[in-house]
Amino acid sequence: MMKTGTTNVKRGLAEMFKGGVIMDVTTVEQAKIAEQAGAVSVMALERIPADIRKAGGVARSAEPGLVQQIMDAVSIPVMAKVRIGHIAEARILEYMGIDFIDESEVLTPADVTYHIDKWQFKVPFVCGARNLGEALRRISEGAAMIRTKGEPGTGDVSEAVTHMRAVMSEIRRVQSMPEEELVHEAKELGVNVDLLQEVRSAGRLPVVNFAAGGVATPADAALMMMLGADGVFVGSGIFKSLDPLPRARAIVTATTYWDDPKVLVEASRGLQEGMSGIDARTLTELDKMQVRDN
Amino acid sequence: MVVGVLALQGDFREHLSMVQSLGVEAHPVKLPEEIQGLDGLIIPGGESTTMGKLLVDFGLDAAIIDRFNKGKLAIYGTCAGMIMLARDIEDYGAQPRLGLLDVSVRRNAFGRQKESREEDLTVQGLDGLFHAVFIRAPIVVRVGADVQILASVEQGPVFVQQGKLLASSFHPELGSDTRVHEYFLRVVAHSSIQEV
Repeated sequence: MMKTGTTNVKRGLAEMFKGGVIMDVTTVEQAKIAEQAGAVSVMALERIPADIRKAGGVARSAEPGLVQQIMDAVSIPVMAKVRIGHIAEARILEYMGIDFIDESEVLTPADVTYHIDKWQFKVPFVCGARNLGEALRRISEGAAMIRTKGEPGTGDVSEAVTHMRAVMSEIRRVQSMPEEELVHEAKELGVNVDLLQEVRSAGRLPVVNFAAGGVATPADAALMMMLGADGVFVGSGIFKSLDPLPRARAIVTATTYWDDPKVLVEASRGLQEGMSGIDARTLTELDKMQVRDN
Repeated sequence: MVVGVLALQGDFREHLSMVQSLGVEAHPVKLPEEIQGLDGLIIPGGESTTMGKLLVDFGLDAAIIDRFNKGKLAIYGTCAGMIMLARDIEDYGAQPRLGLLDVSVRRNAFGRQKESREEDLTVQGLDGLFHAVFIRAPIVVRVGADVQILASVEQGPVFVQQGKLLASSFHPELGSDTRVHEYFLRVVAHSSIQEV
């Protein structure tokens, strides 16, 4: 019997993204540049995180017409963001046939308490996480893919590093836990014991885990791969730079050859200065996007 | 017998662990010099446009074609791997690929992700059904005279063989059923014997 929208096909699409780069785009032209550069997918949005940060106000899901144009323009899968908890924005994108939905802290949350029940959808979701607890709670809600939150729109990779290291070191800690401690840990994390047991036996999350939030250079992408990311999202880093196409190509190359310094030198050589960025440590709690949910 | 798995992008780790679980030596491959010494090569699922670009940028296409033409390499492509192997890609004629397998493929033939599916297939040479996972999968729309169809769905052929070349639209590496990989390893073993 034929089945669509299953957990296997949702998580399976994320598996196909591994070792790849997902790029934020705001126009058809940018989407085509991303595809040409070798992106595995594009994220269609109205403004990239750096501009959302600058503009302030309420950031919402992109206008369907723009998303549709981008879906029509490229042959690779297209993602789009919805506000946390915004079931209606998600239903609109699902109906349009979007390939992946990012329930994202980059947009202003619509629900300050609850996330979307993602099991109710036929399309897969990706969600941000700063630690193992957040990652597993999102997976319990049906997320088919996880990414670090980092601090979007800054061009500062340090928060993504902190979040990736946190998830990885917590997984290692769980792996060494005896059963009785695992039950307590599950309570502390607010997650199901079975899910935590799955993490313990596999030594990894049950879904693909990408890096996101502040990746701006080929070396940043390679760093995140070294820390155990399955791939990277690049938001503002490409189209806020002076040289989007060569930079996008170089980040794609660096994500594949992250363990080959010779290739990394070649990929990084000759690029212009990256986006100017913001030191994430100078942001106040109110400026931070990563604290919008947990 | 040594099998390489093209590790430019995609679910190469799943292929590596499946081949290794069958007791066969397997390595990830990212550079042309790593093609030398391989008896078999698996091209995994992933994004065919990304893989094709890296394949050409790093000269892997020439190295693979060269070893295949010398009769020393059997190749199995899954999903994006099938597109990489195909001679023709409908509507994307300029997309970089190996072009060794005499078929035309249609990318995203079922539609977008919401049409990605699981389905039980009858596969020639395998006893019982095979549970197949299709993700934004291609299908074969034309087969050359030397190409044998091993499995089909309503929309068209999804598993084909031409001598030492094997290609499936679906992803056996995502499940635990190793029969398709075992079949490929028999093709590899058979061709490395012929070579001696």
